[in-house]
Amino acid sequence: MGFEFNTETFRNDFTFRNSPRAIARFPFPFDRDDYMYSVNMEPHVPGRPGSVFEHAFDVDEHYLAEMRDRDLVLKEDPLRCQSLPHMEMAGWDLLELIMESKARDYPDWFELHRQGNKWHWINKPMQIEQKFTFLDSSTLPYGPMEYITRQTQGDFTLQDQRDENLWIEAGMVTTQADWSLDFDIGMGFHEWHAPVPLAHEKGVFDRALKFLLKLQHGAPVRRFNWTMTVDPLLDTSPENYPKWGPTRAEITPENVGQRMHLRVELQTLWRLPRSNAIAFPIRCYLIKFDELVTQPKWARRLHRVVRDLHPDLAAYKGFLRNRDTMVAYLSQYDDGAPTSPGWWPED
Amino acid sequence: MTKTVFEKSIRSRPVYDELQPRPGTAHLCVADGEGAEAVCDLFAKAGTAAAEMLARSHIIYVPGPTGTDLFAKVQALGAAQCHRSPSFWAAEPRLRKVLADAHMGLQVYLAGTETLIGLAQRDVIEAGLPHDAVQTEHRGSLSRRVQCVHCKGITENVTTDPFTCSHCGLNLFVRDHYSRRLAAFQGVNIDAEDPGTVPPAVERFK
Repeated sequence: MGFEFNTETFRNDFTFRNSPRAIARFPFPFDRDDYMYSVNMEPHVPGRPGSVFEHAFDVDEHYLAEMRDRDLVLKEDPLRCQSLPHMEMAGWDLLELIMESKARDYPDWFELHRQGNKWHWINKPMQIEQKFTFLDSSTLPYGPMEYITRQTQGDFTLQDQRDENLWIEAGMVTTQADWSLDFDIGMGFHEWHAPVPLAHEKGVFDRALKFLLKLQHGAPVRRFNWTMTVDPLLDTSPENYPKWGPTRAEITPENVGQRMHLRVELQTLWRLPRSNAIAFPIRCYLIKFDELVTQPKWARRLHRVVRDLHPDLAAYKGFLRNRDTMVAYLSQYDDGAPTSPGWWPED
Repeated sequence: MTKTVFEKSIRSRPVYDELQPRPGTAHLCVADGEGAEAVCDLFAKAGTAAAEMLARSHIIYVPGPTGTDLFAKVQALGAAQCHRSPSFWAAEPRLRKVLADAHMGLQVYLAGTETLIGLAQRDVIEAGLPHDAVQTEHRGSLSRRVQCVHCKGITENVTTDPFTCSHCGLNLFVRDHYSRRLAAFQGVNIDAEDPGTVPPAVERFK
């Protein structure tokens, strides 16, 4: 596939790095020089070759390291993966979607052979080979959602649909931007989004829910979300906030380029065929400021977005206390030149 | 004490109404503390239908977190069954049995503190009753049941913000984010970024 899987860590010594290839394909989330909440959904159709949009589920150089980190998180806290009893069918739907997609998009790495309900799955990068009976969870080492999401980058939640609402009732959440699956599981759409500032008043969640209730099988959609994270820590969970919170007070003009990371979530939404649930993969990409500013357009634009962001959003995203230091660093890379519309670094 | 007025809040925070008599094959009232007065008002609103309603009513009453015990008032209503429990946890097996035995048409009325309403509502939902068969009215203390998001321990009757987690000892601020599954608000470490910098506790939930 033209790259190697990195040997790197997302904790302790933080050896995570993006290669020049990974920087060039980073999903920069700002298509203009300012930011405010919007529904901002578009069809999740295959995008430019080499980009994170090329395939349904992007597999990149961080794959194996992210899966090792997920295993460590789950060993520390099994509550990060939960599924209410009625969600098992949705888990099978998700397993099928991911296995079919990966076997189709990355045939050198993944294979799926099926004879009726007798399935044979091969994941070469992780050295996994599994024969199992589809829809019989006793033939897998974990429940279907946990089994496949231990082999797939990004967090996942599964939403049941009933009473004209979506209910978050299963999930694998180890790379989250400070929200708790254990607390939120069982909530309705507006309830689990309740802490988000400004967006409710703008009607964003009313419109998003209305849109998602009509989501069709075979027509997935995607959107971006973003925040800032000190150090390439995937597990910025509220559970562990006392452990990582102090690092927010350690940012200085000298280390901000190395330690402050733009954290982008590529979120996709899929209607599942048997359960009628919605799968919500939340794929996290991290890039340190020193890497990001190698792309001149992104450096100019990020400076303007961070500088002008509504203070309520900067506070909610947890970087209000470091904003001045971030803006001072980024301003060195903003010559005031206009930026072209859209995300792509070269266009 | 009359109906509580709440500040505008976020959308996971529960809202409460006033209990209204509804036609039903049976009536179950669960109340604590000042919630007794909401139950009395409920039957007063029923007017001439009150006697017939009481003949098919079961009242479960628990003293409030600050010691308010108005059991004599609800007992005087003359319901078919009227039971006093020393605490919600003592009442819960009885409540679950009543819900398991319920037939179509049962009306449920919950009144008192948020903790009582939240815990009883959780049992009602688990029993599979339709949510429109349940009414809630807040009366009495605003003290909160709060889950520490870090250690997962629940501290009961929290009246100040911040407070100290009764399990792990961290200083927590109290969010309005509420889980019906846990029947609890969320508590988050207030001095994680600046350990030791804890603002004075304010009595927000009297």
